Amino acid sequence: MANAAADHAHGHDSHADHPTGWRRWVMSTNHKDIGTMYLIFAIVAGLVGGFLSIMMRLELQEPGLQYFSNPQTYNVFVTGHGLIMVFFVVMPAVIGGYGNWFVPLMIGAPDMAFPRMNNISFWLLPAALSLLLISLFVEGAPGSNGFGGGWTVYPPLSVAGHPGPALDFGILSLHLAGASSILGAINFITTILNMRAPGMTMHKMPLFAWALLVTAFLLLLSLPVLAGAITMLLTDRNFGTSFFDPTNGGDPILYQHLFWFFGHPEVYIMILPGFGIVSHIISTFSKKPIFGYLGMAYAMVAIGAVGFIVWAHHMYTAGLSLNTQRYFVFATMVIAVPTGVKIFSWIATMWGGSIRFSAAMHWAVGFIFLFTVGGVTGVVLSNAGLDRNLHNTYYVVAHFHYVLSLGAVFSIFAAWYYWFPKMFGRIIPEWIGKLHFWVAFVGANVLFFPMHFTGLAGMPRHYVDYPEAFAGWNKISSFGSYIFAFSLLIFFFGIYKAFSSSARAANSPWGEGATTLEWTLTSPPPYHQFETLPHISGGDH
Amino acid sequence: MADAHATNHDYHIVDPSPWPFVGSLSAFITAVGAIMWMKALVIGGLKPGPVIFALGFLGILYTMLSWWSDVIKEAQLRGNHTRVVQMHHRYGMIMFIASEVMFFVAWFWAFFDSSIYAGEAKSFLRFSFTGGHWPPNGVEVLDPWHFPLINTLLLLTSSTTVTWAHHALLHNDRDGVKQALWLTVLLAVCFTGVQAYEYTHAAFGFAGNIYGATFFMATGFHGFHVIVGTIFLAICLLRTYQGDFTPKQHLGFEFAAWYWHFVDVVWMFLYVSIYLWGSHWGAAALPH
Repeated sequence: MANAAADHAHGHDSHADHPTGWRRWVMSTNHKDIGTMYLIFAIVAGLVGGFLSIMMRLELQEPGLQYFSNPQTYNVFVTGHGLIMVFFVVMPAVIGGYGNWFVPLMIGAPDMAFPRMNNISFWLLPAALSLLLISLFVEGAPGSNGFGGGWTVYPPLSVAGHPGPALDFGILSLHLAGASSILGAINFITTILNMRAPGMTMHKMPLFAWALLVTAFLLLLSLPVLAGAITMLLTDRNFGTSFFDPTNGGDPILYQHLFWFFGHPEVYIMILPGFGIVSHIISTFSKKPIFGYLGMAYAMVAIGAVGFIVWAHHMYTAGLSLNTQRYFVFATMVIAVPTGVKIFSWIATMWGGSIRFSAAMHWAVGFIFLFTVGGVTGVVLSNAGLDRNLHNTYYVVAHFHYVLSLGAVFSIFAAWYYWFPKMFGRIIPEWIGKLHFWVAFVGANVLFFPMHFTGLAGMPRHYVDYPEAFAGWNKISSFGSYIFAFSLLIFFFGIYKAFSSSARAANSPWGEGATTLEWTLTSPPPYHQFETLPHISGGDH
Repeated sequence: MADAHATNHDYHIVDPSPWPFVGSLSAFITAVGAIMWMKALVIGGLKPGPVIFALGFLGILYTMLSWWSDVIKEAQLRGNHTRVVQMHHRYGMIMFIASEVMFFVAWFWAFFDSSIYAGEAKSFLRFSFTGGHWPPNGVEVLDPWHFPLINTLLLLTSSTTVTWAHHALLHNDRDGVKQALWLTVLLAVCFTGVQAYEYTHAAFGFAGNIYGATFFMATGFHGFHVIVGTIFLAICLLRTYQGDFTPKQHLGFEFAAWYWHFVDVVWMFLYVSIYLWGSHWGAAALPH
């Protein structure tokens, strides 16, 4: 680094202590730079995943075949959309992006515990995404490209149905993405447990850090099981093992158990950081401390713990015994309790507060409403009897898009408008954030709410075509997706305005309601913050 | 860098490093090579899969060598590993082993799903393959009281010798460390040798039957971890000869020992479940 400093001897002071140019990013060991790379990566991957979904909605706008001459290609788009949004958009944004940026800042640490390992967590993701994108263009099922079996990759379709190399690319892509997340999880757990500023006990730690701590434990304990499951797929496909082949003594349901033992914690992995983000925004713009801090923290711990023992509610139609189904119904419904604690505590935080409806607050309140809608349809689906009818219909699609596309994604945008001035020292005009919110809110609801109706009426997922009876709601859904896509133009316009304007953000632009440590720093923060550690005083919550 | 700012904390602000990027690129090349190899893909009349795979794999090995050399330099020469940084490393290693445990959970899950439920009539295809019991029809399993028992004793002994090495290190008895580590590595190599002999003489195959799939993948991943642990211990031995490690600071050695105990514990579960209970001696007695 002495070289880097010498190259810039002309004395731009802020560059004196770190490398510049490509070295700064490729060889980075700085949590803020790595966080920024994660955010850019998530935006790029989001455009790819969004393109795939717009193609799906274009196709489904009318009954019959419009754009996909090969129906299998439609399913390849569905699969790619799901995998990209989960592994390469939501997780990199909330964990790698905001987690990297704000966990060290909020707990008063100079960086992550393992800054170099932090960088391989990031760089494994472009490698993994490249493998997944290659998978779209090589043969999967005989005579067509890509894997079309959905993000869950169930056998036998994923073993016997797709002999081409497409799914092998997909499997190794998930291996790399998984390794990236496991290393990231180790980093976050160590950072949070070991690098809190003097005086910051666990019970004084900001809720976003609590959220990332629980998320990291879920990643650490669930992803290796997925790695095992997809390794079994890989050997079944290529080396003649028979883990999932009953004619040789295997069991295809085994895959479903292993997958969902990962897959259910995975959905909490995507939403818990959002819980943390929303807690801070609601508290900041209500000018009140969060209601029931300890309850909020331990509700997340409870959601994470119970999240490990509910996986088979994704498998009610797979032939589980009735007693097994009864257990999973009960355990799943229990999760509504800590989730309710969170929803009501957010509302109680706003109650009697001095509320300011900033752009970030719009997104946060929108999150609470939309996540609640997705949550209550989740309680409906947790019932095995009802799920017998609703399984694999658009009702399920509506449910998980309300918690993810309208929950997790809204929390991503909420954090964007809340932390953008801190991260980049620039200002996105409030009206742009609010306009973005309203267009996205209308678009997403027009897109996903009708899916409840088509789903209840029995329209199945993963089909390129449908009977005339479903035409009306599908057309409306498609229009909603175009509105949502348009809202992204407003999002990018906001970035353009921020960087083209000479306005600079204050250190604490949201005023006295923002009490966490990142607001004590400059905007943007120095390259290495907290060279003298802050001391936290005061009692526990 | 430290000149420009006064740093008043004990954390290690790591210098920029090329290895994360080189490692990721190598992982990508390895993955592409592996797929081209497995699928025997032809490009320009050639099957370049094995070559690409080897290139990528060499890149990964090179990354590991360079990265960990940097870590050792930071610890030995630059004194970056303060007490709190050492604590980070302990936490990190514990988390890493925890994730490894969960990886083995997947293989045990596959084994117990196949063995406990072999007699479930509802899974009629599987039932007709296994005959409703475990081990499945026609599978002649390894005698658990023969080589597997010897292997168990080898690993348990190696666990005690690695603890011997640790105590010797704590008492600054460097000759004792060398003796005990030599013994540990020797026992580890014997284990791998015995395991390799058994693999080549097993009466059941890897492909085409669930017994071979669960047996070879579970014990095979364990064997891979034994080899990794052996290399880890051998490097500690090398470092002992170089004069690394002090009675107060020897995290590299401690982590090798932790890892080795982890490998040992996994073997105990494998031995009890797959070799003992899963042979005619155990699982066949399950009521169906």
